[in-house]
Parts: sequence; C-alpha cells; structure tokens
Amino acid sequence: MQRIGVFVCHCGSNIAATVDVKKVVEMVQMEPGVVHAEDYQYMCSEAGQAKIAAAIHEKNLTGIVVCSCSPRMHETTFRTAAERAGLNPYMVEIANLREHCSWIHKDMEEATKKAVILARAAIAKVNLNTPLKPGESLVTKRALVIGGGIAGIQTAIDIADAGYEVDIVEKTPSIGGRMSQLDKTFPTLDCSACILTPKMVEAASHEKITIYTYSEVDKVSGFVGDFTVDIRKKARSVDATKCTGCGVCQEKCPSKKAPSEFNRGLNTRSAIYTPFAQAIPNVPVIDRDACMKFQTGKCGVCEKVCQAGAIDYTQKDEIVTQKYGAIVVATGFDTIKLDNYDEYAYSQSKDVITSLELERIMNAAGPTKGHLERLSDGKHPHEIVFIQCVGSRCSDDRGKSYCSKICCMYTAKHAMLIRDKYPDVNVTVFYIDVRTPGKNFDEFYRRAVEEYGVNYIKGQVGKVIPQPDGKLLVQGSDLLDNKQILKEADMVVLATAIEPEASVRKIATMLTASIDTNNFLTEAHPKLRPVESPTAGVFLSGVCQGPKDIPETVAQAGAAAVKAIGLLAKDKLMTNPCTAKADELMCNGCSTCANVCPYGAISYEEKEINDHGIREVRRVAVVNNALCQGCGACTVACPSGSMDLQGFSNRQIIAEVDAICR
Amino acid sequence: MSIKNEEFRPKIVAFCCNWCSYAGADLAGSSRLAYPADVKIIRVPCSCRVNPMFILRAFEKGADGVILCGCHPGDCHYSTGNYYARRRMTLLFSMLDYIGVENGRTRVEWVSAAEGVKFSQTMNEFVEKIRSLGENVRLGDLRCKN
Amino acid sequence: MQELITRAKELLENGTVARVLGWKAGDLPYNPEPAYFTNAEELKDFVYNGFCGANLSKYMIEASKLEGKTLVCLKPCDTYSFNQLLKEHRVDREKAYIVGVGCKGKLNIEKVKSFGIKGIESVFGAEMTDNADTLTFQTIYGEKTCSYAEAMLERCHVCKGKEHVIYDELIGESKDTKDAERFAEVEKIEAMSPEEKFAFFQKELSKCIRCNACRNVCPACSCRKCVFDSTKFDSAQKANVDSFEEKMFHIIRAFHVAGRCTDCGECSRVCPQGIPLHLFNRKFIKDINELYGEFQAGADAETKGPLTNFTFDDAEPSIVANR
Repeated sequence: MQRIGVFVCHCGSNIAATVDVKKVVEMVQMEPGVVHAEDYQYMCSEAGQAKIAAAIHEKNLTGIVVCSCSPRMHETTFRTAAERAGLNPYMVEIANLREHCSWIHKDMEEATKKAVILARAAIAKVNLNTPLKPGESLVTKRALVIGGGIAGIQTAIDIADAGYEVDIVEKTPSIGGRMSQLDKTFPTLDCSACILTPKMVEAASHEKITIYTYSEVDKVSGFVGDFTVDIRKKARSVDATKCTGCGVCQEKCPSKKAPSEFNRGLNTRSAIYTPFAQAIPNVPVIDRDACMKFQTGKCGVCEKVCQAGAIDYTQKDEIVTQKYGAIVVATGFDTIKLDNYDEYAYSQSKDVITSLELERIMNAAGPTKGHLERLSDGKHPHEIVFIQCVGSRCSDDRGKSYCSKICCMYTAKHAMLIRDKYPDVNVTVFYIDVRTPGKNFDEFYRRAVEEYGVNYIKGQVGKVIPQPDGKLLVQGSDLLDNKQILKEADMVVLATAIEPEASVRKIATMLTASIDTNNFLTEAHPKLRPVESPTAGVFLSGVCQGPKDIPETVAQAGAAAVKAIGLLAKDKLMTNPCTAKADELMCNGCSTCANVCPYGAISYEEKEINDHGIREVRRVAVVNNALCQGCGACTVACPSGSMDLQGFSNRQIIAEVDAICR
Repeated sequence: MSIKNEEFRPKIVAFCCNWCSYAGADLAGSSRLAYPADVKIIRVPCSCRVNPMFILRAFEKGADGVILCGCHPGDCHYSTGNYYARRRMTLLFSMLDYIGVENGRTRVEWVSAAEGVKFSQTMNEFVEKIRSLGENVRLGDLRCKN
Repeated sequence: MQELITRAKELLENGTVARVLGWKAGDLPYNPEPAYFTNAEELKDFVYNGFCGANLSKYMIEASKLEGKTLVCLKPCDTYSFNQLLKEHRVDREKAYIVGVGCKGKLNIEKVKSFGIKGIESVFGAEMTDNADTLTFQTIYGEKTCSYAEAMLERCHVCKGKEHVIYDELIGESKDTKDAERFAEVEKIEAMSPEEKFAFFQKELSKCIRCNACRNVCPACSCRKCVFDSTKFDSAQKANVDSFEEKMFHIIRAFHVAGRCTDCGECSRVCPQGIPLHLFNRKFIKDINELYGEFQAGADAETKGPLTNFTFDDAEPSIVANR
C-alpha cells in the first residue's frame, strides 16, 4: 500500500473561492492510502513546495497528489519538488481543480463535490503508480530551418553563429522570402533590399550554413534530438557548380510568357529564370512547365548560349537525407485569395490591386520600374483609395477572424511614400480602426495624417464599381460623420489579409506539430513558450506562428534560435519514461502492436522465457525506449493486454474510471 | 426512501488526449467557459490510448455517458493515433447501438488546444443529451440473471 | 476417409510428418473429437464425417512447438483461421503439413435433435462418400430421417466457398453449401428498435454460464493469457465482488477478435447454451466491410487488418448515430 500525501492548493482565491478546500482535505483523508492531507495558499510557491518536502520526510510518503492547477502548468514543478525531497518524480499526480473545476463552476457545493471526485481519481491512480526512470538519447548537433525568408535567415545565422551546423530548406529558387518583395519598410522607410541583401549574403557565405533552395522537405521521422529528414532538391535543370550567374540564358530564352511569381504575376519572366536580381544563389532554374524544350522538345537555346555548359535538361529530383537535433519552422505567409471579396472588383479591374502588388509597383525593379501608374492604361493616378481589413477581422467565414497586424502600418507607409513622391496624388484610407502599437509606430501614422495630408476615413467600403471611363467608383461610409461617401478613384489598394503559407499544413503534419483553425502553428504556451511548438525539438519562427511585422519576426527568429541552441548544446536528452512495455509472459508475439506504432519502436525477439517453470523460446515484443513516445496505440491494439503504457497503465486508467463512477 | 424529485445528475467520463483536448479543456477553464460539473476528465496521452474496455468499464460502474476527445484528424501529436481511435470507436459505438444501448451515450469529438469554446460547447451539449436519455440502465445490466 | 487414412499412414511412415491431427470417434455416433495419431495402429480410430465440425487450426499453436511436422486436416473455412494465425506468428508454417480435406457442410446435432430425433444409435448419410441429401438415424424409437441441408451448422449456410486458401495437398471433394445471406440475421437485428435489440441480447446473454467454451475454441482467441485471466486490467475478478467480466465478456471478446475473426462459427457451434455468439462477430465484419472496404480475415497472411490500418478520410464515429 502506498503512503499518499494530498496537497490542496487554494491558488489564492482561484480555487478556494469556488472549492471548499478544507472540505476536500477532510474528504480525501478517508481515501485508501492517504496518510496526510493539507491545504495551502500557493502550493507552487517555495513555501508550498517546502510543505510537500517536509511531509515526504515526516510521513515517509511514497506518493503525492497535488490538487491544483492543470498538470500542463505545474506538474513539472511538483515532480521536481518531490524529486528534491527524495521521491521518484513519477510518484506525483495532479488533480486539476482550477481549469477543470473552480474556474468553470459557480456553485461551491457542486464544485467541491467534483473536486473531491477529481482528487479521488488522482489518489486511485497514485496508488498504482510505480517509480519510473527516464532514459537518455543523444543529440545530433545540427539544425534544420524550413523556409528561407527573413525569419529563417535570421534563425539560421543565429544558430550558426553559436557554432552549430544549420541547413535552410527554401522551396523557391532563392532565399529572401516576402521581405525581398517589399520596397520600403516601416517605420523607418529603409529600403527593404538594402537591409535584407546583406543578411542573405551573410547566410550564404556562413561556413556553418548550407542552403537548399528550390527544395522541399519530403519526410520527417525521429524525435527531438534525433530527427531524420528527407529533403527533395527539385531538378533545377542547371548545374549549380558550373553556373556563373551571367544571366545570358535568361536574356536569350525565347519563352517569356510565364507570370513572374516574384512580381505577383503583374508581369512575365523567362522560362529559365532567377526570381530577382539579388537572388541567392544566383543560379537560375528552368520552369519546365513554361520551357519549350521540355514541352515540345524544340529549343535548347539556353544550352547553346551557356558558355559554362551548366544547362542540364536531364537533371532529376534528388533526395538528401540528413539528421537533425532541432527543426525550426519559418514558412511565412501569403496574402489570401480575394475570391470571396468580389465587391471590391479585384477580378474585374487591373487598377484594383493588393498592397503586396503595390510594393512591386513602387519598387524600382518592379514591373513599372518604380513608377506609380495604373496597370490598365499606364496612366498616372490622381486619386488612390486604400481599403483596410480586406479579409481580416472578419466575423463570418468569408475571411479571417484575426487582425493581420501589419496592414495599418504598411498602408500608412504606402500613403506617405506616394504623397512624398507624388504630391499631386490624393490618398484616402478607409479603415475600421487604426492599430499602431509598436515603437515609433503611432508617431509614424500621425506623420502620414499630419505632415503628409493623408485623408483617413473611419468606415468601410461596401463596393468598388469600375466605370466605363476606367475610373473606379468607391461606395463607402464615414462613420464619424455618419454619411455615405461616393468617391471616384484611379486606383484602389486592398490591404489584403495574410495567412500562413499553404505548404505549412503538410509540414506541420510531417512534424506532428499542432496547427490552429487558421493554419497558424500552435505554440507550446501562448504566453510563456511562444517560440516552441508543443512537439519537442520543433521551434517556430516568424509569421507561421501568427501575424508579425519585420522587427517582431526578427526578434522571434532570434528567440527560436536560442531555444534551438539550448537544445543542441546538450549532449544527451532525458527521454520520457512513460513508454510502452510488453509483459514477456503474456506476449503472443503477434505483431499487432508493431503494426500501429508510428515510430517503429517495437521489434521482436526470439527469447527464452521462463513461464512459471515452463522454459521455451518465444517470439516477444521489445520496445525501444528511445523511440517510443508513449502514445499508447499499441496497448489497445494488443489483444492479450500484455502491452501496457508506463505512467498511464490499464490498471491506473481503470482505477481513475472506477473512482469517478463510484 | 429515495428522493423522487431530485434532478437527474448524470455521471460523465471524458477521456481527453494530453496534447489537444486536455489543453482545450484547460483553455475552456482559463476562459471561464462553464459546463456542468457532471463531466470529469481523465487525461490520456492520446485518443488511441483509450481502450474500449475503459469505456465499457465506465458504463458498467455507473457512468451515464462517455466522451472521447482527441486532436483533429491530421493533427495528432503522434501522427496517427486518432486515426486508430476513430476506427476503434466507430466499431465500438456501432456495437453498442446494435445491442440496444442508446447511441447518444457515447461520443467522439476532436478538440484542438485552441478550441476552448468548442470544448465547453461540446460538454454542454453532451450533458444535455445524457440528461435527456436519463440514467444508463442497459449497459450496467446487459446480463441480468434471471 | 479411407484415402485420407491411407495418405496419413504413408506420410507417417516415410517420416514427412511426426503426427496426424484429425478426429477420432467419440462415445456417441455424432460427437467425434479432435485427436492426435502417431502411428498406423492409432489411425484405426480416425474418422472424418459430417459431424467433424471442429476447426483444428488452433491446435497448431501447440503443435508448432512439437518436434517434427504435424499433418493437420483443414476444411476450406478452417484454412482462413490458419492463415490468420500465420499472420500473427502464432503457428509455424514449417511445422504444418496441411491436408485440405473436402467438406460438403457440417452437421449440427442440436438441429437434428430439434427435429424430434432423439435416442440416436447410428447415423447414415453423414460419411464423406455418401451423396444422399437425407440423413437417416437409427434411434431407440425407430428409424428417423431429416434433410442434410437443414441439419447443417449455421456457418455452412453462409459457406465461404469450397476453396482452401492454404494447403500442401487436397484430399476429397468440397461443396459450396451457401444458401443464405451472410448478414441477414445481423440486418434483422439492426432493423429492430433499441428496446427490441436490448431485449434480444439481454435474453441471449443471460443464458451464458461463463464456461469459456467459446473462448477456448476460438482460433482468434489464442492469447497465451486472456485479459480476463490477467491482473493487468483489473478485469479478472473471479471473486464475484466485481461484475465487469460477467457483464462485458462477450462484447469485449468480440472487440478483441474484430478484424481478426474469420467468421468460422466455432463459438456458436460449441456454446452449450446455444447463444448465437457469431452475431457479435458478424456485426463487426459487416461494419468493417461497409465502412472500410470488404475484408476477409485469413484470406491471406499479409494484408493489414482493418483495426491496424486507417485512411485519412475514414468515417467519423458519429456515423453510427446518423445512418
């Protein structure tokens, strides 16, 4: 029989205001095995932990139940406290009286009753707990960064600077990401390329960094400290070791009709291309769908003009398999599709554009060489209307429920840049709210209004109607003046909501990292562990976790790097001891468990078994504790019940069930 | 003498996977999204840890409803656990229906760590359903001795 | 039968097999029992007739541990069980010499008795060589007859076919005796109201005396130690203080063999209380077929079972309430 101590936490008034903690203490003392019970204001405090330690010594406790907040919050705290006092940490169980009881119930009698039952279940479980000891696993001292935008680049540089090998996998032909498409950046208006390009060069030339562009992650297996990843290097059709980046092939390529991804489809590019001038690596790829050689067999111009002999039409996708200790996801974002917002006439008029398209138009390397002009007729616009929150903060399922966070600031930036360069252009911004928290952000917005004379109207636009003369009639409302507004504009710019890059879903599935309903990766804790995924060894950098601007992205990238470094710096990791274990005497050796194991952790051995005097060689299941992650799939698949999960054993769970249903 | 007019308070066991649904229940708690105290949660590492025996055991010991919550298909922390759980529970529930146990007494719901609202709503609905079904007599008494 | 005995003698004598696993005559003309034979002398007691319903594949678990090969007589439907055991590494293919024996449907003595035929002294028409459609019984009350087909076991009416799915050699003719829909009985129950369903199963299961005959005969219930005998689940509470095993045994047993049960029908055949236990297994089989695609356990020894497999878009459990 265990000697169990029960510690009921008031959590200030969080628990005690709804649960009669004294009553809980009184009731649990009647439970089998309980030899000690007490309550305290804050069990997680040093004084609270000292009480636990004291009771362990004085009452020779063999098991502990802490009735407190969620085990996801303080299980580790109490386990560590128990361990310090000489008790095996796995002899501690938590009854969740806060999140699952006091916070959701109002009636004290009812909540107290439930609290007692939850405590009983935990006591019933502890009665069957056994001391567990974590194993050890080695750490591969190499990190993988998925995504080569500013987030991925910054994370990679920071990890590499700490002395660890880093690989960046980027699916497009160049690193740089969304930031490379931007013209200027708020709130200082530096040129985006001017601050990004040096970072790209630094990453590319760093001796610890390997960059795989035009590559994707194909497969991920393993676990924290020991991931094995297959990287698919898509066929570039250009030998990177020979290419000098002279650019002649792109000039001479006769097929120039493919829409330029980099310029958001506003103009075209050649079939053999580098996305932009500063691309890293400066090695083009052949877009096989657009290339005449691949489509018809007739052409081969690039091969002829390439003096380095780098063109290779026979290249095939190549799989690189590499081991990593840590993986950082930095897959970034894209703007949403505007199919659900046809009232803004995006599909009807070339002069209705997204803000990201405006970035390309304003950029000297963009489709209009940086001249602000209407894409329909090339004319200089005089009236520009910006519409905020297109698809953001949406209450129905047409768009996104969240605030895209960056639009208010970039619209102020666009308005300011346009008014600065073209004082003859009137700029009107329709907004729901202007949100400018951030260092020097509100000052920036006020400058747009006060110094640059940008006309901000609080109100939404109902419709944009293209006129026969090419103008755009904007129907909106001014909520402050309470009137309808009809405005003729030459261009309309939509602050389109951002969403996680579509590929993140597949990556999240491969990494078994959880993802929220908006496809943003979930962090291990929204406040306290914002750059870690709940999946150990997977870290989050940049917008894949939630909308962010550049400074925030860079800060988070650095934080993710630090977390990854913290992991890589360890030689060994303690493994979760709550792993599956087969009872050799009962095992049928039927392989059913191995069939459902997602980690390949179960193998079979022909073993001599002494079954109550009967000695025979039997085929029995053996679990590799370093591979087993403790999901328990095998335990249910096992017909004989010989496979059990330590820490969540059949008997323990049944004891909880019995205690609750008693 | 039993108290006749006392409101029926069902016993409900909710198995929640550690990674999504238990966290979703925590979020429901920290967001103060109330649901009846009849629901008691048992934490399991994954929905695939839930043996049909646990569910039958609960019923046999007097539970009126059993609900299993796990990560959404595709989001399982262990990649595939909830897919196995889905098949097992579908077959088990079908069997219970076949032997005449009211099929509202069992339920599977996928609740992510971000879905505190869904967790609370699900529990409210489920308790409502069980209250309407009343006390579970059948599974406790499948093999009454004549 | 003579051909079978001759061949068995031959294989024993030339050392191919060390023993023969078949049936020997029982103390009544209709209850032959599974038996081992190790020499020609013993083979004198060997019988194989319409009453040899027992599925011998499960005996191969123990026979696989013995020295030398065992000649095992398997009917077409028994070979599915053997394959399933092979898939689960419970039998050793190298230790088995499978003689696929012919089958024209096996008889259910309880059925015969239900026709009012009692006090049986001898039977004619049950031998493999007999081609009669009628069984003739010499009873203490005189001669009685009944139709062979009507006296067949339930499982023979939904016969899986006359093909053996695994064997070393075949002896004797087989006949596909299927004359009923496999899932008709299950469908009938499915169509009942919850109250009727419950009443039906409560009535049937209340007959159970927990003799474990179903478990002992079932080739899928081949665990070294049954969960109901193990302390690992707190489900084995023989002291009668706990009623879990009493109440849930059959549902849990059916679930444990779901996806592995070949529908051999032995459980129903051996139940001394006449509980139609196959109705549980067949319900699972029907659901599996409908939800996850046609699956016959034991059709081969490789295909993944439906409960150790999945697809991304499997039906949700709510389908049960919504269909």
